[in-house]
Amino acid sequence: MRPMTCKELVELVTAYFEQALSAEDRARFEAHVGVCPGCAAYLEQMRTTIARVGALREEHVSPAAERQLLEVFRDWKRDAGV
Amino acid sequence: MTGDYSGQPAASGAAPSDETALVAALRRGDEATFMRLVEQYQTAMVRLAQVYVGDRAVAEEVAQETWLSALKHLDQFEARSSFKTWLFHILVNGAKTRGQRERRSTPFSALGEADDPDGEEGPSVAPERFMDEDGAHPGGWLTPPASWEQLPEDRVASQETRACVLEAIARLPRNQASVIRLRDVEGYSADEVCAMLGIGVVNQRVLLHRARSRVRQALEMCLSDD
Repeated sequence: MRPMTCKELVELVTAYFEQALSAEDRARFEAHVGVCPGCAAYLEQMRTTIARVGALREEHVSPAAERQLLEVFRDWKRDAGV
Repeated sequence: MTGDYSGQPAASGAAPSDETALVAALRRGDEATFMRLVEQYQTAMVRLAQVYVGDRAVAEEVAQETWLSALKHLDQFEARSSFKTWLFHILVNGAKTRGQRERRSTPFSALGEADDPDGEEGPSVAPERFMDEDGAHPGGWLTPPASWEQLPEDRVASQETRACVLEAIARLPRNQASVIRLRDVEGYSADEVCAMLGIGVVNQRVLLHRARSRVRQALEMCLSDD
């Protein structure tokens, strides 16, 4: 089994997270990360990146937008004869 | 910070009967059902539309048109897809059309790159950070990344970091930006995102990987410059 280089590994991180690697590549990936502090740090940075992107999520709709969309719904009801 | 990065069933796949009931409630004119959907999807829709049209106010118009279009075409909804993917599919088509129109009417595109929505292929990490063929370990790190685990949590979760992430996403090619928004901001699954954007599973993964890699690069700059 040819070892994976760092340069190759950084291209496969998402495929690794998505469980899209072949069994052999997955084994090469994990064997490499186990002995390479640089790639272990890289993987951790990618996990942090995903978490920070996830933190952008906005939960709430503004009351103005809610009112407007309720109007859209009511207009549609009227036009559609609901 | 553990999480499910695989995009497997984090988002609940509603059973077809739920979807049928949902559409029936809308047909009856049930306002509570409609407003619940608005609460669930509106912010994500506006942000996604903004990827294609740039302007926030225009993105809000596109989202509003999407709701109306969905209501008018409820009879075309087929319960074998989920209502959510159907809704976002309408949104993306509307936003793309509107974005193309806006770009045509803007002589020197203020919206950035016009004809390369996927972005050119580029490595995830600058090649000069790795040893070349003459190095002791070809393809090994020359300048390895630093661990972020020692950084104070309030630095990593700061407003400054948030701004840096937002800016990095805003600079991404459109298809990368829409995939990372749907996958990593909204937490939708790979299958859902493929259906929403009308792309294949491999392409989705490539776009997601490029997007995450570029955001990581931006974060590395922003977290290292003391």
